[in-house]
Amino acid sequence: MSTLLDVRDVSKRFTMGGLFGRKTIDAVMDANFSLSAENPEIFTIIGESGSGKTTLARMILGLEDPTSGEILFRGEKVDRHAGRAARLKFMSHVQPVFQNPFEAFNPLKQIERYLESTARRFLDTGDKAVIDRAMDEALQKVGLSLKEVRGRFPHEMSGGQLQRCAIARALIPNPPLLIADEPVSMVDASLRMSIVNLLKSLRDDLKVSVIYITHDLATAYYISNRLIIMQRGRIVEMGDARTVLDNPEHPYSRLLKASVLSTDDAGAGKLMTDAGMLDLATDSVGQAGRLVDRADGRSVRVYEGV
Amino acid sequence: MTRENEVILEVENLKAYYQMNYFGVSREVRAVDDITVTMRKNEVYGIAGESSSGKTSFIKVLAAAIRPPLRVVQGTVKYNFSNGPIDVAHATPEQIETVRWKHLSYIMQGSMSVLNPVRRIGKTFQDFAQRPLGLKGEAFEERVVNHLARLKLPPDVLRAYPHELSGGMRQRVTIGLATVCHPEFIIADEPTTALDVVVQKEVLQLIRDIQTEMGASVVFVTHDMSVHANVADRVGIIYAGRLVEEGPTRDMFFAPKHPYTAHLVASLPRIGDTQQRPALEGRPPNLADPPQGCRFHPRCPLAVDKCRKEVPPMEVVGPDHRTACWRWKDVEPLVNTTAPAGVMA
Repeated sequence: MSTLLDVRDVSKRFTMGGLFGRKTIDAVMDANFSLSAENPEIFTIIGESGSGKTTLARMILGLEDPTSGEILFRGEKVDRHAGRAARLKFMSHVQPVFQNPFEAFNPLKQIERYLESTARRFLDTGDKAVIDRAMDEALQKVGLSLKEVRGRFPHEMSGGQLQRCAIARALIPNPPLLIADEPVSMVDASLRMSIVNLLKSLRDDLKVSVIYITHDLATAYYISNRLIIMQRGRIVEMGDARTVLDNPEHPYSRLLKASVLSTDDAGAGKLMTDAGMLDLATDSVGQAGRLVDRADGRSVRVYEGV
Repeated sequence: MTRENEVILEVENLKAYYQMNYFGVSREVRAVDDITVTMRKNEVYGIAGESSSGKTSFIKVLAAAIRPPLRVVQGTVKYNFSNGPIDVAHATPEQIETVRWKHLSYIMQGSMSVLNPVRRIGKTFQDFAQRPLGLKGEAFEERVVNHLARLKLPPDVLRAYPHELSGGMRQRVTIGLATVCHPEFIIADEPTTALDVVVQKEVLQLIRDIQTEMGASVVFVTHDMSVHANVADRVGIIYAGRLVEEGPTRDMFFAPKHPYTAHLVASLPRIGDTQQRPALEGRPPNLADPPQGCRFHPRCPLAVDKCRKEVPPMEVVGPDHRTACWRWKDVEPLVNTTAPAGVMA
């Protein structure tokens, strides 16, 4: 079994401040996971703001150097300082989708211009017909077509459509891996499911692996195969999405699940979070602990003396 | 929970349009088109709708923040405050000044853009609340500190700058600003959109607590139906400038009578359930040129000829439950949910 992406003992430490009052922040600590090349999957990273999930994604994209550890993509090290040709090759394999489609597109330019520049770069051609065909193919994959998009500006489309265009752009070089950083949090509720269903069909029909970053447990449960839950830079629980979310073991995972607003008792006005649960979850912050494998295939961080 | 049936707000046939006249070309956007709704004392009323459905324009009118090009074309927005009734759609700025913050207040979206980044929180509190409260110096300070304690904020935040606080704390500060004068009517516009799940739940709990404690009415606006499920007593759905359905929260979730509501509820994913969720295709209509008849018909799975031609009227379909759909009898929940006992099917 060959691996597509291998994240090995990756840590990232940011240093803030100058000579005086220097402060270090460990954004990611000892992250370990790998994706297989044969079985495309949706791998979800869950965590609140400041849990290091975006930093981890940036390191996988090669936008940030890990402080220690290494990230291998198809056996080759992801390196920010590799030559231009090597970077381009890497970028054609790993593509990002960003959170806010209204910010990803230049409001003053037609949508197809952004797609066109991506196509021009990765197909390395100036031939209009080739570029148009590539754009159309990518748009077809997300349920749009070049005819619908051509000549339109970002403000003329809904958030859901625009996010689809952003995904189409990422699909132009036919990457085996997409990194989607909170792709639905800025999209309206009624259109959200169309994006989530799209990610699902990318995996099932086009065999694209997706790293899906979110803080929404419900959509994570809905689409992902495996997931990791991060708290302040540490992976606290990792395993099969259904196994973990049906019955989370780490206190923080349990708190997250309990905080999901359920519609089962709509109108009853139940909102209380168990205070004990909150304390238990915050207790583990800052403790190293270690990940232990469980019989059902998940790994959980446990702490000495607990 | 006891609910008084006293009405605090009556909105009647409200039409508010954006009227623009540039270079001789006039354009009219019908953001709020004939909305009639009443809200009771001591109630949380949820308003749901997607972006560009006109919900923010509606809120602007409710909050008496009507600025050109937005104009109230028709209808009234009557509040029955303790200091007398007022129609904010036709009141003078001086009259509105008498109710602002003391009776009618507003929790805004995006706490970072509400709080002035170069002023300390305490200063902002002075700017907002000193005049309506009519307190000065230590008396004012004491009142604010007491109020912050109720929101579980330490008095130190008054000396902090907004960037020094976390997102959840900032949002609590804006809730504090909106509630420090003990208003009777609070408008909350997407107060939890930018927050994490854990913090979101805390903030919602806080709004609910403050509401029960002060006996205020809250209008809660968000497109997230799961928030409504947990906070609102009644929910109203706005689509393309019109109210399409309104009812008690339970009924709206378990027995919706409008296809749009049924879709919104069905598209919510749940933990423990991996059923394929339907996604609503198409896009919300352009309000400058809305479709004929029922505005939902281009996206509606139940649409028939009548829907394309005639505008459906608001019909009463149950206790407190109204819908504007020609085919409400055929609307069924799209995803199997087990409705608890006591819900009208």
